[in-house]
Amino acid sequence: MTYTPNPPSVSQAMLRSIGLASMEELFADVPADVILNQPLNIGEAHSEIALRRHLQEMANKNINVDQFPCFLGAGAYDHYIPAVVEQMLWRSEFYTAYTPYQPELSQGILQAIFEYQTLICNLTGMDVSNASLYDAGTALAEACHVACEASRRSKIVVAGTVNPQYTHVLTSYSISGNTEIVTVAAPDGTADLDRMLKEIDKQTAAVIIQQPNFYGHLEDNIKILEQAVHKQKGLLIMCVDPISLAVLKSPAEWGADIVVGEGQSLGNNLSFGGPYLGFMASTKKYIRKLPGRIVGETVDLEGRRAFVLTLQAREQHIRREQALSNICSNQALNALTASIYLCSIGARGLRAIANRCHQLAVYARDEFLNKGLSMKYELPFFREFAVKVDNPAQMNKMLLENGIIGGYELEDSLLLAFTEKRTRAEIDKLAALLGGYNHD
Amino acid sequence: MTKLIFEKSVPGSNAFFLPPVDIPSVDLSATIPQDFLRQDELTLPDVSEVEVVRHFTELSHRSFGVDDGLYPLGSCTMKYNPKINEWAARLPGFASLHPYQPESTVQGALELMYNTDKMLCEITGMDRYTLQPAAGAHGEMTGVMIIKAYHQDRQDSKRTKMLVPDSAHGTNPATANVVGFEVVEIKSDEEGLVDLGDLRSKMNDEVAGLMLTNPNTLGLFETNIMEIAAIVHEGGGLLYYDGANLNGMIGVARPGDMGFDVVHLNLHKTFGTPHGGGGPGSGPVGVKSFLAPFLPVPLVEKKEEAYYFDYDRPQSLGRVKDFYGNFGVILKAYAYILALGGEGLRSACEHAVLNANYIRHHLRGVYHIPFDRICKHEFIASSQYQMEESHISTLDVAKRLIDYGYHPPTIYFPLIVKEAMMIEPTETESQARLDDFIKALKDIAREAQENSELIKTAPRTTPVNRLDEVGAARKPKVKWEAAQ
Repeated sequence: MTYTPNPPSVSQAMLRSIGLASMEELFADVPADVILNQPLNIGEAHSEIALRRHLQEMANKNINVDQFPCFLGAGAYDHYIPAVVEQMLWRSEFYTAYTPYQPELSQGILQAIFEYQTLICNLTGMDVSNASLYDAGTALAEACHVACEASRRSKIVVAGTVNPQYTHVLTSYSISGNTEIVTVAAPDGTADLDRMLKEIDKQTAAVIIQQPNFYGHLEDNIKILEQAVHKQKGLLIMCVDPISLAVLKSPAEWGADIVVGEGQSLGNNLSFGGPYLGFMASTKKYIRKLPGRIVGETVDLEGRRAFVLTLQAREQHIRREQALSNICSNQALNALTASIYLCSIGARGLRAIANRCHQLAVYARDEFLNKGLSMKYELPFFREFAVKVDNPAQMNKMLLENGIIGGYELEDSLLLAFTEKRTRAEIDKLAALLGGYNHD
Repeated sequence: MTKLIFEKSVPGSNAFFLPPVDIPSVDLSATIPQDFLRQDELTLPDVSEVEVVRHFTELSHRSFGVDDGLYPLGSCTMKYNPKINEWAARLPGFASLHPYQPESTVQGALELMYNTDKMLCEITGMDRYTLQPAAGAHGEMTGVMIIKAYHQDRQDSKRTKMLVPDSAHGTNPATANVVGFEVVEIKSDEEGLVDLGDLRSKMNDEVAGLMLTNPNTLGLFETNIMEIAAIVHEGGGLLYYDGANLNGMIGVARPGDMGFDVVHLNLHKTFGTPHGGGGPGSGPVGVKSFLAPFLPVPLVEKKEEAYYFDYDRPQSLGRVKDFYGNFGVILKAYAYILALGGEGLRSACEHAVLNANYIRHHLRGVYHIPFDRICKHEFIASSQYQMEESHISTLDVAKRLIDYGYHPPTIYFPLIVKEAMMIEPTETESQARLDDFIKALKDIAREAQENSELIKTAPRTTPVNRLDEVGAARKPKVKWEAAQ
C-alpha cells in the first residue's frame, strides 16, 4: 500500500516547479556518510488484502476473553462494552484530530473533555480533574510529584497493598532523585496501620492507599491514616477503581487530596494492556499544580459559552524546564471512551454493574468454601479476592486446558476477579475445577 | 449552543439493564460494612441511547481531524491514518486480550511486539527497543532515565547537566528537569543549526548528554551531526535523538548511523497511527547495545519458536508504565510498516519533504521565510511582513486559515523565530490540496493589506469566535455544576 496521493508524474512536475530535478536533491544537505544507500531491510510493501490476511492470522494465534471466560483482574478488567461506545469512537473527527490547540475549531473535543472532567469529579467527589494521564501507575507517579512540590518534601509512604506494578513505576521514576519511596509491607491483606503510622512524619509528602486494594479487599484504616498524614501536613493520595465508586465511599468522603485510578474499566478494551487511561482529580487547592491538559469554560467575543485548554502556564510547551510535568499527549480518546461509557450506562447502570460484580464474587467465594477451598484473606472485598491453591501456575494451566483463563498468580493463591460478564455456569465450573484438587 | 450532556438529562430515560442471573441476590450492605459504602449521591447524566449517539455525533461535527482536511501542524506529523489499521486494532484477537493471560494464549501479540522491535531497529539503526512508553514525552523520559542509569552504573555521579538546544521542543527541557538534570541551553547559529562553538564551550565532565531533534524544529537537517556526536562522545556524554521529526529522514538516513545512543519514536507521528484528539500515542525507545541492559522490563524474547516476556534483567531501570505499552497503537504502527515496506517508507519521506519544500517555495515573497533553503518535512514561515505592514500577527493569520477550511500550523514555535508558523504538510497531501492551501495563505496576505479587519475578527465560520482565554485561566471553571 501507499498512502501518498501524488503519482510520479505529479511529483516530477512539483520538483520542476521548485527548480529541482530529482527527489535525491531534496536531501543534498544530508552528509554523504550518513545517507542510507540501500532500502530498509523490512520487506516489500503489502497489498491491503495480504496485510489483512496477515493481521487476521496474527490475531488468530491468540485466545481472547470472548472465547474463554476470563477471571483475571489485577488492574485490568473484562467488563462489558456497550455497542454504542465502539460505534461513536469510529467518528474520525475525534480520532484523527490532534490536541485541541485551536479552540474555535475544536469545540466538540474540548466540550467532551470538559464533560469527562465533570464525570471524574462526580465519581470521585473531588473538585477538579485533568484531561487524563497514561495509566494508573504513571498517574500515581505524577501525583507523588504534585505532593512533593506542594509540600516541599520528598518522602512517599506507600501501603504494601497498592498494586505492585504501580509501586514498581514509582520506584523507577524515583531515579530522578526527587522522591523517596517507602513501601510498608502488608502481610495481612490490608495496609499495616502501625507500621504506616510509624513512617508518617514531618518529611512525609504523601501517603498512598488503594481502595479496593490490590488483593480486592477494603482498606479499613483510611480515616486514621488521613488524620495522621494531614496532621503532619502531608497529602493523602488515593488510588481507586472507578466501577467501585458507584457503591463505595468516594475518596472525597475519605478526605483524599489527590485521587488517581485506572480508567480502563470504563468502556476501554483490554487490548493486551493498553491504551488505557489514568485519571487524576484533586481538591481545588492543587489545581495549578496538576499535570497535563485541563479544559475550562469561558466565553467568546459575543459572550457565547465556549471551552478552551486552560492554565497552560503549568505545561511544558510554555514553562519548558520549569514545568512540573513533561506530559504532552495523554489518552484523550480513551477518556472520551470513558465518557461515552458512563453516559451510556448512567448512574443506575453503574450501580447495577457494581452490585452484580460484587454479587458474583460473593457467590464464587461461597462456592469455593463449599468445595473446601479457603480464602487467602478473610476480609471484605468488592469484586476480587485471592483463593488459596497449592500450585498457582499449575492450576492456571489446568484451567486453561479446560477452557478457562484463570487468575493472577500470587505465591500461594490465585487472585480472581468477577465482572458482570461472568455467569453462574462459568463460576460453577471454575469452583468445581479448583475444588477437584486438594489444597492444603 | 450545544448543551452539555448533563443538561440533556431526563430522570429515568437511561434504559441500560443487566441480564438476570440465577444466584442468590445479595444486598451490598449485608456483605460490606456500612462505613465503606457511598453516602454521597452519584450524579451521572440520565440519557437515552439515541441521545448519547446524537450528542457525541454533534460534538464530532464541532471537531476537526485529518479526515476533514489539511492539518499542517508542524512537528506533529498529521498524516492520513490508514483505515485497515483501525479495523485490525478492533479484532477480538487483539482488542480482547487480558495483559496477564498465559503466554501460550498470546503468542500472536508477543510475536507482533517482537517483530516491531526488530523493524524499528532496522529503520533507525539501533540495537534494541522497549515499546513500553505511552507517548513521545514518556519516551523522552524513559530515554533520559536510561542515560542517567548508565552514568550511575559507571559511578560517574558528576554528570548532572543535560544540554538542550534553544530550538528544542518544550518536552526536552521539561523531561530533563523531571528526571533530575539541570538544563543547559545550547544556542542556534545563524544558519539555524546547533552552534558548535557554544556546544564545545558547554560540553564538559558534568554533562550527561545532549538531546537533539534531527531534522530540527526549523525543519533543517543538522549537517554537522557527525561533529556534534564526536564532541558529545569525546566529552563522555551520550547523544539523545528526539524522534518527533523522523518523518523528515525515515528511509533516507538513520539516527543510529549518526552516533545517537538513545532514540525515541512517536508512532502516532511517523508511523501513521491516529492522534485521538490528544492521545493515545506510543513512544518506543531504542538504544545501542551497550545501553540495552538498562531498558525497562519486560522485553519480549524468543526461544525455540515461542515468545515470552523477559523480566530477568537485573540492570533494568524498572518499569515506566503499567503492562507493556499502548499495544493497540503499536499494532497499527506494525501494520503501517508492513503496508509500506522499506522502499515505501523512504518514498513517504521523499513526498513529505517535497510537499514541505513546495509550499516553502511558493510562499516566497509573500511571507518571510527566515531559513530559505532546502528543508526537510517542515519549515518555518513568519508573518513578520504582515506584522510590520498591517499589524496582522501570526495568530490572526492562523485564525483566518480556519475560515478557509484549514487547521492552522503550529504557531509561535520555535521560540527563536518571531511570529513563527511551523508548517508540516506531510506526504499524504496531493498537489491540488497544497495549491489550495498556498492560495489561501496568499489570499490572507492580500486581505492583510486590503481589509485587515476581516483577519482580525477571524474566524467567522466556526460555532464560536475568539475566546476569552485570560478569563478562563483567572477564574478556572473546569467542571459543570447544576444551577442552584
